[in-house]
Amino acid sequence: MGKRSKVIERDEVVVRFSGDSGDGMQLTGTLFSYTSAIFGNDISTFPDYPSEIRAPQGTISGVSGFQVHFGHTEVFTPGDYCDVLVAMNPAALKANAKWMKPGGTVVLDVDSCDDKNLRKAGYETDDPIVESKLSSYNIVKAPITTLTKESLKDMGLDNKSILRSKNMYALGLVYWLFDRPLDHTKEYIKKKFAKKQLVVDANIKVLEDGYNYGNIIQAMTPSYHISPAEIKKGRYRNLSGNVATAWGLLAAAEKSGLELFLGSYPITPATEILQELSARKDLGVKVFQAEDEIAGICTSIGASFAGNLAVTTTSGPGLALKGEAIGLAVIAELPLVIVNVQRGGPSTGLPTKTEQSDLMQALYGRNGESPAIVVAASSPINCFDYAFYAAKLAVEHMTPVILLTDGFLANGTQPWRLPDMDEWPVINVPKADVNDKDWHPYKRDIEKLSRYWATPGTPGLEHRIGGLEKNEHSGAVSHDAMNHQRMVEIREDKVQRVANVIPELELLGDEAADTLVVGWGGTFGHLFTAVDEMITEGHKIALAHFNYIKPLPRNTHELLKRYKKIVVCELNMGQFADYLTMNFPDIQTQRFNKVQGQPFTVVELKEHFKTLLEE
Amino acid sequence: MKFTDFKSDQSVKWCPGCGDHAILNSVQKAMASLGYKKEEVAVISGIGCSSRFPYYMETYGFHTIHGRGLAVASGVKVANPRLQVWQITGDGDALAIGGNHFIHGIRRNIDLNVILFNNQIYGLTKGQYSPTSKRGFISKTSPFGTVESPFRPAELCIGARGHFFARCIDTDIKHSVGVLEEAALHKGTSIVEMLQNCVIYNDKTHNAITDKAHSQDRTIKLEHGKPMLFGKERNKGLVLDGLQLKVVTLGENGVTESDILVHDAHCEDISMHLKLADMEYPDYPVALGVIRSVKAPVYDQCVEEQLAAVQEKANIKSFNDLINAGDVWDVK
Repeated sequence: MGKRSKVIERDEVVVRFSGDSGDGMQLTGTLFSYTSAIFGNDISTFPDYPSEIRAPQGTISGVSGFQVHFGHTEVFTPGDYCDVLVAMNPAALKANAKWMKPGGTVVLDVDSCDDKNLRKAGYETDDPIVESKLSSYNIVKAPITTLTKESLKDMGLDNKSILRSKNMYALGLVYWLFDRPLDHTKEYIKKKFAKKQLVVDANIKVLEDGYNYGNIIQAMTPSYHISPAEIKKGRYRNLSGNVATAWGLLAAAEKSGLELFLGSYPITPATEILQELSARKDLGVKVFQAEDEIAGICTSIGASFAGNLAVTTTSGPGLALKGEAIGLAVIAELPLVIVNVQRGGPSTGLPTKTEQSDLMQALYGRNGESPAIVVAASSPINCFDYAFYAAKLAVEHMTPVILLTDGFLANGTQPWRLPDMDEWPVINVPKADVNDKDWHPYKRDIEKLSRYWATPGTPGLEHRIGGLEKNEHSGAVSHDAMNHQRMVEIREDKVQRVANVIPELELLGDEAADTLVVGWGGTFGHLFTAVDEMITEGHKIALAHFNYIKPLPRNTHELLKRYKKIVVCELNMGQFADYLTMNFPDIQTQRFNKVQGQPFTVVELKEHFKTLLEE
Repeated sequence: MKFTDFKSDQSVKWCPGCGDHAILNSVQKAMASLGYKKEEVAVISGIGCSSRFPYYMETYGFHTIHGRGLAVASGVKVANPRLQVWQITGDGDALAIGGNHFIHGIRRNIDLNVILFNNQIYGLTKGQYSPTSKRGFISKTSPFGTVESPFRPAELCIGARGHFFARCIDTDIKHSVGVLEEAALHKGTSIVEMLQNCVIYNDKTHNAITDKAHSQDRTIKLEHGKPMLFGKERNKGLVLDGLQLKVVTLGENGVTESDILVHDAHCEDISMHLKLADMEYPDYPVALGVIRSVKAPVYDQCVEEQLAAVQEKANIKSFNDLINAGDVWDVK
């Protein structure tokens, strides 16, 4: 390793890899984040890519990015602004210039800055650095394309394959910037291209040459030093929100002793859950890729009737299509987990971008009085926890549960400390008792009000259920007025009683604060970081973050009424604030809303909170 | 099991004279004859008059939502392949709102027994035309006649790569029982189209062929391996004239029984099955019985086999194995 002329010590750093959607930036970012995690940093990542698979080359709409935030302290978000930007073309530079931290470092492939690419990116002059007002930054103008070609010229690869290795050159250089080992990435390359020795050799050579290039240019390039984090002992792996969701469901299947069934239809950004569970035949998962969203949920309802732990996964437009069937599961009182990975809407909206605008749809988007439990995950890795608890609640309370995650959580990753499943609660399956002389399909557990699960194949429990209202005492079809009133009330009461088994709302931060920040779901990382930094700076502020939406935690009202000033922050137009007002008309709330397909930034949150505190 | 063991305690609420009563009888008789146990049967329906069917069966039953019965039934069967899953649907339920599930269910070839009650009308909503109503049909929503052509369920079934298609007349219980048993024993999706009479909104719609006085002359009951003969005197038959079917009479123009086509329900090629299924009165007799019955891989069995094959070789046997596999690191 060469001597480093200038080393910047940092607690945490944000790196963004950005290029054309075909440049391999997602893989580059993923490999970098793995290496950082294994090195011992806490990390949080977020990919940001266009919905087109290969949008027009060289244009801003075709820019694909992957951001990694890592530090030697805990990190809760992928970071707002970046310290290091790797831009593989002018469009990537143009799209990300506004996200640079003052004094940051830009690695730019200068080979890509020809006239054609500059115009495509919308630059008017031939100097994108000046035009993007980045002159005062550390600019590493690296001829990455030329250097990659040079590196591989004797390997016997075709030009296309050579150009495809550019990302590994850039990655090598970034590893030098952060003084990180190449081992993990080399291992990955060897495994991934196990049958193509030439490709393995080429990629490893380019990676090493990229790293060595850092030594050559070290005189004018700063490098960064970030110590490992103080991390709880244990075994770790990197996990994305979508995989965490899939795994939470697998864990629930094992803990309940039920077979897992997923009926689903591919939809961005939920598809990875379907893919992950499709690969889990080793654990006996039955996955049914249906002809549409409706068949996705209906096959799951059938599987639930037959006694499986049944799940359907989707995003907003799919949840809309599933609405009628969710109502069927509500009235039939069958357990079902509906995962909605929210994205920007309405309609097709912003398929690859994040939003929290399906809250009201989850709560009320069905005909009739149709209560379902609604829970929301708040970090990529706690998608595992809430998928597990969604399944537990569905089975134990015999009712559909909607789990809300979002595009930000789904694609973001964090290191996950492997759980000891013996420490996780069992899931009790409320099987109907064949020896119970008084059994009927709507006989209920008197505490929870849930009915019992009598599955086909069991002698003596033959019965019929369906979408028509049923008599509360016999399960026969009933159009009786008072019976309907009671059944509607029972179904609502059953869901409300879940408040008896979920945790109370926790207050984070200053108990004596007079301003309370309220959030729910995927915004936790940004809200917590903003509040935490403000407390460190001496402000009196606290955070209450919701994971259980319906029913709300029992202490919600009591906690909220303690605060004079409440600001509800959401990535929608104020749906949770409305819901709180509806439940607690005496609680006054202010709102801070954002609907740009992007997460909050810590910076904008702090600015807003500071203005509020001054009012 | 007696067929009456399959009757539930609910009073049957179809209109007096409705064809559904006879079909209910046929299904219960077929189940008794097949030796089914009540608990191993799941009857799944969508919405419509026919879809009240599960309530009248002393088995497991699920009355679901409009058009989605086949999707729910698919989930039931894949979740528990040991069940006998019957799916009750109508021409509106299966071919209009549920058309997508109908064709994809058939394409997958899940082992389901589907009975399609075809009365060419929406009965439960009181008389609107359906996807099988004839062109020009007058109804409450087509007071001047429809300007659209109907589906032929057999064409949809075979077009969706279906492997079993049969047709019956609702009131012909003896014939229906036999066909339903064959459908039940067939591994894969079986479609039985029941020509059903809606006594209130579309009475006698099938009468030209179902009326006892003419039925034998205007329909042909196909049986695998038997010559395609029909008529009161069993003296009419079908032959191939070029690429078309043709009705001939034994003894006329030197036609003998050896000239008559023999029905091959097991033939993979769909051409003859389509021709038979498409025959319409008055040019041809309407084909009844099992028109097509061909062996093919069965989805739910394939799912089980694939799971078993993967699990046999898998290194991951538990959730704990899964989370410890691949890229993990230890913090000490």
